[in-house]
Amino acid sequence: MADFGGTDLEAFRTEAREWIAANFPAALKGRGNMMMREERAEPDADQEAWRKAMGDKGWGVPTWPAAYGGGGLEPAQARVVQQELNKAGAYNPIGGMGVMMFGPTLLEYGTEAQKQEHIPPIVRGEIAWCQGFSEPGAGSDLASLQTKAEDKGDHFIINGQKIWTSGAQWADWCFCLVRTDTSKKHEGISFVLFTMHQPGVEVRPIPLIAGSSPFCETFFTDARAEKKDLVGPLNGGWTIAKRLLQHERSGLTGAGGGLGGGGKPLEQLAKDYVGVDAQGRIADSDLRTRLVANAINWRAFQQTAIRAMMESKGNAGPSSATSIMKNAGTQLIQERQEMTLEIMGHQGLGWEGEDFTKDELEAVRGWLFGKAFTIFGGSQEVQSNIVSKRILGLPDLTQNH
Amino acid sequence: MAVLSEEQSMLRDAAKSWVQEKSPVTAFRKMRDSGAELGYDVAAWNEMAEMGWAGVIIPEEYGGSNFGYLSLGLILEELGRTLTASPLLSSGLAAASALILGGSDAQKSEWLPKIAEGTVVGALAIDEGPHHNPEKVATVFKDGKITGKKTFVLEGMAAGIIIVSGKGPDGLGLYLVKGDDKGVKRHKLSLADSRGAANIDFNGAAAEPLSGGAALIDKVLDRARAGVAAEMLGSAVQAFETTLDYLKVRVQFGQVIGSFQALQHRAAKMFTDLELSRSAVEAALAAIDADSPDVPELVSLAKAKMGDTFHLVSNEMVQMHGGIGMTDAHDAGFYLKRARAAEAAFGNQAFHRDRYAKIQGY
Repeated sequence: MADFGGTDLEAFRTEAREWIAANFPAALKGRGNMMMREERAEPDADQEAWRKAMGDKGWGVPTWPAAYGGGGLEPAQARVVQQELNKAGAYNPIGGMGVMMFGPTLLEYGTEAQKQEHIPPIVRGEIAWCQGFSEPGAGSDLASLQTKAEDKGDHFIINGQKIWTSGAQWADWCFCLVRTDTSKKHEGISFVLFTMHQPGVEVRPIPLIAGSSPFCETFFTDARAEKKDLVGPLNGGWTIAKRLLQHERSGLTGAGGGLGGGGKPLEQLAKDYVGVDAQGRIADSDLRTRLVANAINWRAFQQTAIRAMMESKGNAGPSSATSIMKNAGTQLIQERQEMTLEIMGHQGLGWEGEDFTKDELEAVRGWLFGKAFTIFGGSQEVQSNIVSKRILGLPDLTQNH
Repeated sequence: MAVLSEEQSMLRDAAKSWVQEKSPVTAFRKMRDSGAELGYDVAAWNEMAEMGWAGVIIPEEYGGSNFGYLSLGLILEELGRTLTASPLLSSGLAAASALILGGSDAQKSEWLPKIAEGTVVGALAIDEGPHHNPEKVATVFKDGKITGKKTFVLEGMAAGIIIVSGKGPDGLGLYLVKGDDKGVKRHKLSLADSRGAANIDFNGAAAEPLSGGAALIDKVLDRARAGVAAEMLGSAVQAFETTLDYLKVRVQFGQVIGSFQALQHRAAKMFTDLELSRSAVEAALAAIDADSPDVPELVSLAKAKMGDTFHLVSNEMVQMHGGIGMTDAHDAGFYLKRARAAEAAFGNQAFHRDRYAKIQGY
């Protein structure tokens, strides 16, 4: 297996290391990617330079085809790039929904012209995308969506409302599910792209239980999408949407743990806040038992992620196992967030103010925001349905709707 | 539901109708949005006091009605339904209990009538670190003065008197400190549940001992724990009922989501846990009224069970409401945040499971 080494790979590792050393601004070392923040500051010159360097190199999306600006690397080489970035304390400045969901989907379903137009700006991190999927009446039952696109010859006119459009306030473009046939449910949905910078688009951020958020309500009033930006056939958007959701779910729970789970190890945190007994064990034995149960499941989850990755090597994209991964991963993360607050005790109840450390306040907000992990990107219940019906073959009582 | 006396039924009904009319969750939201300094609505608290709620456990000779803890629990439960923030638990239950059980005649005469009429708010200051640990006390009482740091004092900003645990010449005990003593320095905490709490530094503040030593601390804490559990019961029941209503109206896949068996079973599980929790909470309150020797174990049982149930129900409230439950505009987040804070107050589930095992000798 080429993954585990070989002289070619070592030569590539040297090349990657040297390129990162030459291009990664030292001032950015150890800093996180701004993409995940709720409130974004303007990037400084170093951040801009790093984005441009990675964008031109194509290594932000290392396995995407070089024909569209991607890195054109083998998965083994891509892992080497990631390892070398980690070693250098460097982040990948190319991210967001264009990278995680839309790009891979367009590479699979887009026309050559669509790929030539839309993929390179994603590779270079120049265009931010948002996802127009959920609606107030179409959450778990996404296919009941009502946002309507009227055929006007060379373009569509779009009217309706989307919700949970993450990052809509910063987005340049939207990939959107619209209804182009009201007589059918799944077969009346099309997948269109349009610019957010037009008069018919209005965005309102939604305050969440965790405070401000990247989520928005987005209203379309006679918004315009060009015909050339219809992806796949008219009324054939549902198949593409399902594929995109697979990418979303695998992105949320991949081996890297897209939803987080980083920071100080919980066991160390527990020792610091709760104390240890004479044998060095966490003093609260009840908590210790639950911590270790989570740790064992967490490890098994990571082992599964690696196994799934090895097994799917050579396949075009994520396997159906990603549905299992989302429920398993999100549950473990939520447990960890709950236990983090429990460990912090009264200090884990702070909302703001100098009586609490930055880590404590972030733990509280993270705990609250984490409740969305089992709701968005396919709720816990929808994921369980996918497992029980598609994988286990149990009857689907909702299929007629 | 416990078998109630006629007086208790009337008290509960009065509490229910006042809470529904005067203090719905929108009132809590308003209080939060206004950034109220004390963490509760003072006008609403005055109304509660006028109805005699602050004096429910206080003997009649000190201006109370002497209706007992189960009666007070009924009121706390109703307040918990709409997350009504008030000093009733800290003052009318915890501080009042300390004075009733450990106060001298003079102390009782001076403070209990004021607590009963709501003109003075009392608070209980026990913990000194991030976790509830009443035995770990560095605060020292010497020559009539008390010095130490207390954390997470509920209604600490509003308190006119503070009942403080400290180490005196004869060991651990409770001490009465006036809130306006110049040796008292308080710092308001901004908590996720928007309630009033403070960290308090005592720097040679004048303090009067209560009698009863370490045993008094346990007794007072057990009463406070049972009171929190009663409030949690009301919050959890309301969180459940609101969620149940939603299951009956939210349509996805052409049917109300409550028609899905997976959700029905989760609702049935919550209902089961709520019934178990109610029994545990009412048994603890009744044991306190009967001055039964098994108060400690029944209180730990109630706080542990109630903590798990409120935790479950508040999380399910968010999950079953889906995206709308994640928005600040919906009430679900309030219940989730309150559950976390109430769980931590006076010992979380792990603390009380451990205490229960110790009491039972294993």
